[in-house]
Amino acid sequence: MIKLWFKSGAPWIWLNAAAVSTCMIMVIGVLGLITVRGVGHFWPSQVTQYTYQEEDNTSKIIIGEQVEKSVTPAQMAKATGHKMADNEDTLVQYLIKTGNRDLTGTDFIWIEERNVKAVSEPIDMMVVERREWGNFYGRLVEVKEDGKSIAIENEAWPVLQEKITKTLLLFKEIAHLEKKEIAGVNYGLERLRLKERKLELENHLDAAAKQQIAVEKSAYDVAYKQYQSQLANLYQNIRRDSLLAKTESGDTLEIPLFKIVRAFQPNAMSLLDKIVHYGVKVVEFLSDDPREANTEGGIFPAIFGTVMMVMMMSVIVTPFGVIAAVYLREYAKQGFTTRLIRIAVNNLAGVPSVVYGVFGLGFFVYILGGNIDQLFFPESAPAPVYGTPGLLWASITLALLTLPVVIVSTEEGLARIPSSIREGSLALGATKLETLWLTVLPMASPAMMTGLILAVARAAGEVAPLMLVGVVKLAPTLPLDGNFPFLHLDRKFMHLGFHIYDVGFQSPNVEAARPLVYATALLLVLVIIGLNLAAIVIRNNLREKYRALEG
Amino acid sequence: MSKINVPTNSSSSLQLSTGGVHERWRLFKDATARYGVVIGGLGVIFAIALIFFYLLYVVYPLFISATAQSVNQYDVPELALGKTLMLEIEEQNEVAARFTDSGEVIFFSVATGKVILKESIKIPEGSKIVSFSQGSPVSEGAVIYGLSDGKAVIVKYQYKITYPNNIRLITPLLTYPMGEAPLVINEAGDALEKIAVTLGNDASTFVSKTANKIHISHFEKEKTLFSEEGTMTRTDAVIDYSAADVNHILIDKKEKNLYLLSTNGQLALFNISNKTTPSLTQEQTIIQSGQTITSVSFLTADLSLLVGDSSGLVSQWSKVRGKTNGFTMQKIRAFKVSNKPVVSINAEQRRKGFMTVDADGALGIYHSTSEREMIKEQGDGSGVIAATLSPRADVAIVQSANNKISYWQVDNEHPEVSLRSIWQEVWYESYPKPDYIWQSSSANSDFEPKYSLTPLVFGTLKAAFYAMLVAMPLALMGAIYTAYFMTPKMRQYVKPSIELMGALPTVILGFLAGLWLAPLIEEYLAGLFALLMLVPLSVMLFSYAWQYLPASVKQSIPDGWESAILIPVIILSAWLAIKVSIPLESLLFHGTLRDWFKTEFGIGYDQRNALVVGIAMGFAVIPTIFSIAEDAVFSVPKHLTVGSLALGATSWQTMTKVVLLTASPGIFSAVMIGLGRAVGETMIVLMATGNTPVMDLSVFQGLRTLAANIAVEMPESAVDSTHYRVLFLAALVLFMFTFIFNTLAEIIRQRLREKYSSL
Repeated sequence: MIKLWFKSGAPWIWLNAAAVSTCMIMVIGVLGLITVRGVGHFWPSQVTQYTYQEEDNTSKIIIGEQVEKSVTPAQMAKATGHKMADNEDTLVQYLIKTGNRDLTGTDFIWIEERNVKAVSEPIDMMVVERREWGNFYGRLVEVKEDGKSIAIENEAWPVLQEKITKTLLLFKEIAHLEKKEIAGVNYGLERLRLKERKLELENHLDAAAKQQIAVEKSAYDVAYKQYQSQLANLYQNIRRDSLLAKTESGDTLEIPLFKIVRAFQPNAMSLLDKIVHYGVKVVEFLSDDPREANTEGGIFPAIFGTVMMVMMMSVIVTPFGVIAAVYLREYAKQGFTTRLIRIAVNNLAGVPSVVYGVFGLGFFVYILGGNIDQLFFPESAPAPVYGTPGLLWASITLALLTLPVVIVSTEEGLARIPSSIREGSLALGATKLETLWLTVLPMASPAMMTGLILAVARAAGEVAPLMLVGVVKLAPTLPLDGNFPFLHLDRKFMHLGFHIYDVGFQSPNVEAARPLVYATALLLVLVIIGLNLAAIVIRNNLREKYRALEG
Repeated sequence: MSKINVPTNSSSSLQLSTGGVHERWRLFKDATARYGVVIGGLGVIFAIALIFFYLLYVVYPLFISATAQSVNQYDVPELALGKTLMLEIEEQNEVAARFTDSGEVIFFSVATGKVILKESIKIPEGSKIVSFSQGSPVSEGAVIYGLSDGKAVIVKYQYKITYPNNIRLITPLLTYPMGEAPLVINEAGDALEKIAVTLGNDASTFVSKTANKIHISHFEKEKTLFSEEGTMTRTDAVIDYSAADVNHILIDKKEKNLYLLSTNGQLALFNISNKTTPSLTQEQTIIQSGQTITSVSFLTADLSLLVGDSSGLVSQWSKVRGKTNGFTMQKIRAFKVSNKPVVSINAEQRRKGFMTVDADGALGIYHSTSEREMIKEQGDGSGVIAATLSPRADVAIVQSANNKISYWQVDNEHPEVSLRSIWQEVWYESYPKPDYIWQSSSANSDFEPKYSLTPLVFGTLKAAFYAMLVAMPLALMGAIYTAYFMTPKMRQYVKPSIELMGALPTVILGFLAGLWLAPLIEEYLAGLFALLMLVPLSVMLFSYAWQYLPASVKQSIPDGWESAILIPVIILSAWLAIKVSIPLESLLFHGTLRDWFKTEFGIGYDQRNALVVGIAMGFAVIPTIFSIAEDAVFSVPKHLTVGSLALGATSWQTMTKVVLLTASPGIFSAVMIGLGRAVGETMIVLMATGNTPVMDLSVFQGLRTLAANIAVEMPESAVDSTHYRVLFLAALVLFMFTFIFNTLAEIIRQRLREKYSSL
């Protein structure tokens, strides 16, 4: 019977079917994993207070969020050095995020369930998100102004919220002054220095030029002094307030308010509060700068950098890709050359991306960039301008990398256009170019769009070449800002994919950064899947359309 | 771009075509566009060729041989002031120095021989110079003169660089680091026939030979807490060794090993870590009988001795850890430099290269690690008195017996690499045996760079192998099912979903593999193996049971939906496998499977290992293989399969005998392209392995691939350095790998397309 069954081939068909199922489970599993972990990050979890008995019978209080639970069988736990009683089957451990890194030196601790004597979720537990040292967990004692207490106990909380809002406004003002105005002045001064140096190199630095430079310089100096005094004033204001909080061990800690991003009491929050909190955190994540070595705060510069790079790349790759596809489909005689080109296209698609990075670094950055510097920016030597990795070179490198995607997709689109349309156009007296430009290319534009979208999706996820040609873990300035010439192609930039690699693997506090990495990964996956789905939808529509045309 | 636009546009161009000038302008545009498009199309070939040739262009200098050019020849400056003991060139290659046996130092221009400064060493009345040597390390710039009355004078030659009027000016000067008064080495006042010194920051060691004894004098500066000037403590010892024949004395710069060599080839190695009781570690003859040692030098870092003999052979001897844990001197390699005795060996100061000069004056520059002969220049046959190589190893001066100094410019940028040192085993200094090692840089300047690409290629292939092991069955079987058995309705969703998997950024897969999968596999290792057995088994069982289900149930789910039904089966059995994992491990393996492997087979377990990489990279490669293979199977002409079925074959028989055979070239090219992708994948291996360049086949060990290596080291390598070029070579190797795979795959696919269209 079984022999017969095997002979029918049915089991093999089932096994093949199982392979497809496994692939699908893997795809959905990975997407689900990223989604679950990425989405959960911003939800305010309860803060629990554990009364914990240490091995030596001393008792202590631990406050924090439970992050993970692990269950180990007794035998294994014994092997790793835990003492186990005979009646215990498993060792249950919790990973607690306790924060307060400035006091204890760690963010997380493992505790054993059997030693937990009491668990409670006191309503007045406060979580403070700080600009340094990570979260603080504890109870609010009082709010101070100029070192004097202005509110204690129950009154303190509303006062604190009010004060924090004020402080955040001041903080914003300071950030604006420092990052926009003063940075603008510095940028102007640097340009002035380069101008002076250039004149000097060209032997045009005469008295008049010097005079003019001095005038401009003094204008900048005046502006700078003014901003400086404004800044001093603001700093004085912002440093005034602080809060006093009690930690788990009963110690008190004073936290200046300007180091606080927000303070909240998760145990006291209603569901609506939590949803609002979640929304605020998501917005912060998308629109803020990173804090604490990229492990906290937002990823705006990375999003911005990715978008800028991808846009630059699109501008470069589209014409080249389309021209190559048009050549293959419309101009070339099918034969040896087109075969060669197709092999070249396939190889371009198959060459490892890191090789593009190496090529980009050597050829674009050092050879092209180095020569551009020598020719056009002799004044800034020895500091390189284009002779160092940056946005422009990253875009060009990725344009080269994604070229095959655009070529293949456009060519496919061109192939679908019935030749009757071309012949009709030619028969009516149009030249080949006119036929192309006025009929064929507009009809193929959805295909080009598909190719471009796929190229963008590929570029947005590519990291290895970017590591060599322009991505950095923390860029001080965005490649686009208010200083002339606004778009700074020579600047280095941040990138979502590299951000994931860097925060997940290079960060000093990987455990604390992990939720943020999942959130970043989720964002990247959403963008890329969105782009790919868009490409698929456009392609399907296109097919439908030409099917109608052919029929 | 609606359909209606098309005729409108065409008709307007028809009207335009009647104008004369305009007509020509249109034709001109058309022709220009044609050329533009042709250039653009051929640009693709140009791009791929540019990448290839640029990589080649960067790599090429690694393998060209070095050149030496005799630029000038001039008379020995101040010949009357004595015979040359040593020549020396400073860092900038401007000033050279000649030390004579009469205690004179003549500084002269390297390029022209013009005397810049001459100065006499302060030697007390009545004593004579009997021995001379250069202090170790060479960068200290010290020489020592042994005198006939048991005293010694140490002199440092230094170069002060100033920039008057923005022009570099180098002023040589002599200083006496241990004071101008000669140091009493031998209390008895015996002549110091041979002498050697090592100067350290806090301690200095002198070794001298009198008639038949070897003395060690060690000076140690006792640092006091408050002042820089400490007091010197001196320890003296006499080595119990018959010194009569000793001709060369060398002390390494750590002042721990003393090498005594006699002319007839006897090497004695003393451990002088304890300066009061030096002990003999080893004594052996290191050249063939009948020959004599003619010159000896340390290779930079003082870990190896270069011994030149009268037969023109230079051999490298290094302390090698032996079987019994002790160190012994062993010959690592030898260079046949000449047929004449080697009269001088000058080690490069910053690389493991050295220059030799034979009795005829023939000049040779060699590199020890790569075993390359970089330069060989014939001499004039008149014999050689002294020779030296500049600190940057780009200038050499040689004084010949006819009292001429020839000034050579040496262009020797990348001696460290040869095809042999990249691909074959190399015996590195202090290693017990020749080995494949990649270790490109270290904080220490004495470091011997180890550029063996073999472990990286090995790692690349290992990672690709495990990835293919995961990807190939899943992708190919999945492709067969999706293309041939699955209902079109389901295929419509399944194919794009799996292709979407290929669009997932590899950085995310790598991140998940490194931070989520690796700890998971570590914890549930037995579960993973159980899963590999349990899932296929339960699928088989389920399918067997399926045929016994009542017909009504079976008919409610038509053919082609098998994979949908199987999803819960697979999830359930996988869950079961994970659940039994920990109990299974504690039951069968008494603890963890990892420990069991360790104790039973000695297989170590890295958390980030080839298994993790295989799964993660397999995941990344599946869509590539799946998509191409599915296309190949799907586009097998229908009349073939229908014919086969009509002849009575089962659908599985049709599959294996007809469809697979026809589509096999396509499937092969799918595998090729998948392999190309696995070989070049960077981020997954970077994040999911420990990046240790080891050559270990074990699935539980880490690895380092070419691509990850480039990503890790490229940002730190100096432009145009050997390291930079070797990384380019790695990129070129990767390029070649994938070029071959992809070209092969593409050619096969083109053939296949022709075949299908003819069927």
